Amino acid sequence: MVPAIQVEQVSKSYGALRALDEVSLTIDSGEFFGLLGPNGAGKTTLINILAGLVRATSGAARVMGHDVVARYREARRALGVVPQELVFDPFFTVREALTFQSGYFGLRDNNEWIDEVMHHLDLTTRAQTNMRALSGGMKRRVLVAQALVHKPPVIVLDEPTAGVDVELRQALWQFVRRLNRDGHTIVLTTHYLEEAEALCGRIAMLKQGRIVALDTTQNLLRRHLGCYVELRLSPDRLPESLAPLLAQRRVDGYRLALRDYVEVERVIAELRANQIEIQEMEVMHPDLEEIFVQIMNKA
Amino acid sequence: MSLKPEKSSGPEGLPITHHPSPMAGFFTLFHKEWLRFWKVSVQTILAPVLTALLFLLVFAYSLRGRVEIFPGVDYSAFLVPGLAMMSVLQNAFANSSSSLMQSKMTGNIIFVLLPPLSYQEFFAAYLLAAVGRGLVVGAGVFLATLWFVPLRLDHPLWAIAFAIASSGVLGVLGIIAGIYSDKVDELSAFQNFIVLPLTFLSGVFYSIHSLPPVWQLLSHLNPIFYMVDGFRYGFFGQSDFSPWVGLAIVSGSFFALSFFTLWLLRSGYKLRH
Repeated sequence: MVPAIQVEQVSKSYGALRALDEVSLTIDSGEFFGLLGPNGAGKTTLINILAGLVRATSGAARVMGHDVVARYREARRALGVVPQELVFDPFFTVREALTFQSGYFGLRDNNEWIDEVMHHLDLTTRAQTNMRALSGGMKRRVLVAQALVHKPPVIVLDEPTAGVDVELRQALWQFVRRLNRDGHTIVLTTHYLEEAEALCGRIAMLKQGRIVALDTTQNLLRRHLGCYVELRLSPDRLPESLAPLLAQRRVDGYRLALRDYVEVERVIAELRANQIEIQEMEVMHPDLEEIFVQIMNKA
Repeated sequence: MSLKPEKSSGPEGLPITHHPSPMAGFFTLFHKEWLRFWKVSVQTILAPVLTALLFLLVFAYSLRGRVEIFPGVDYSAFLVPGLAMMSVLQNAFANSSSSLMQSKMTGNIIFVLLPPLSYQEFFAAYLLAAVGRGLVVGAGVFLATLWFVPLRLDHPLWAIAFAIASSGVLGVLGIIAGIYSDKVDELSAFQNFIVLPLTFLSGVFYSIHSLPPVWQLLSHLNPIFYMVDGFRYGFFGQSDFSPWVGLAIVSGSFFALSFFTLWLLRSGYKLRH
């Protein structure tokens, strides 16, 4: 099967600034893929190269097997992009905006699908409303609808939930999950790492234009930290043998970082040996955010 | 917000496998650009027509009977084609330049950059919409002034040819200005320091034969002079310069600017970074 996205040794420089540095990446069809990184890491530059908005300095990128430069028509037809900025054309209604977007992709008489997209995004009652009159959340929905009017097999969502209320966020994810179940490849960038953890099967982390981690979400979660243990002790002191594990001294206790769950037993044994009583104990799984911070600090 | 999953959609119906209509992208962009000015026609059509009428009122009534530029042609009648052409040019320029610059400033330009439109389709759609607005406003000025000034139209085909070619030149210039300008004052500089002086010094209000020799020479370097002069020939059968030469110069300007603009668009200058 043709990969949904192939990026080969792609670099992009703006003068002395290297926004992307020989990035290579393959995303298979049907994946729900996360692209994470701090601001300025190169996520949007990479998306813009795929979308044809930015031209790579070197390297090649393909969408559904079509080179984004040499076969740009096919590549763009295969791609739907929900941009990060809340942009809209103030001259037109929601239906006009969607009809035009559909027409730009060569689709005439696409009203049935436009109606369906509006239906799913709860925009039907706003079809004749001017874009200027919509709330921020509604404008965001229209952006999603515009990216879907040509039913692209690959959908890129560039921080689609930035500044969006909880209700829309949940509804949007429900809809995007459904699209993914139906076979669409989803590429997501987000600053809400819990969203990426819950949604993405695989994740790439970028820093300063380079991929610093690329694995399944489960492997990333497993690969790094084992777990955290939070302890409240009596007397309130930590034996010296456990000091290397201390991640954080808390007001009423200690947070220890363990490489493995097996180490929990050693912690308990050490405390017993030092005649320290455990008053409260909580074992916590590391989340993607902690792993993200750890990877970014190492890279 | 509730999603209503009872309707089905799926990749099996993905139109990546469907057959997009050829030219549909171009026609859609042209339609969008046309609607963009048509929807605000009070500002884009009626206002320039009114401005032209005010020029006619001030100049025609203050100079009536004192000036006869072409034998047998009243000054008011002489003025009307010039005003109509000035409106055609300014509005053709305004349409493409303001649409592109506003789209860039607001960011909604990506709606036309993301789809599979070629740079030629992009160019043709913006150009034709600009020509369309120029001609609509020009026709509006012509029709409105008919109430006040009796006009003859000796060679309508010449008038139409010059109107189309001239609005094309300014439409293309508008595309260049729109691509180049990132801020309102950059576009204003184009408008105020290039388009407006060239228009006012093109013989809209006078014949260049009434100018001193140096200014006559300089006027010959102004392509807008040939647009106004040739357009006027269509009305009165009289002009300062041969309409054939004028049309050749205007067409040459159009093709030269068009090639340059197509090269800019192909390179992605200020659009695809």
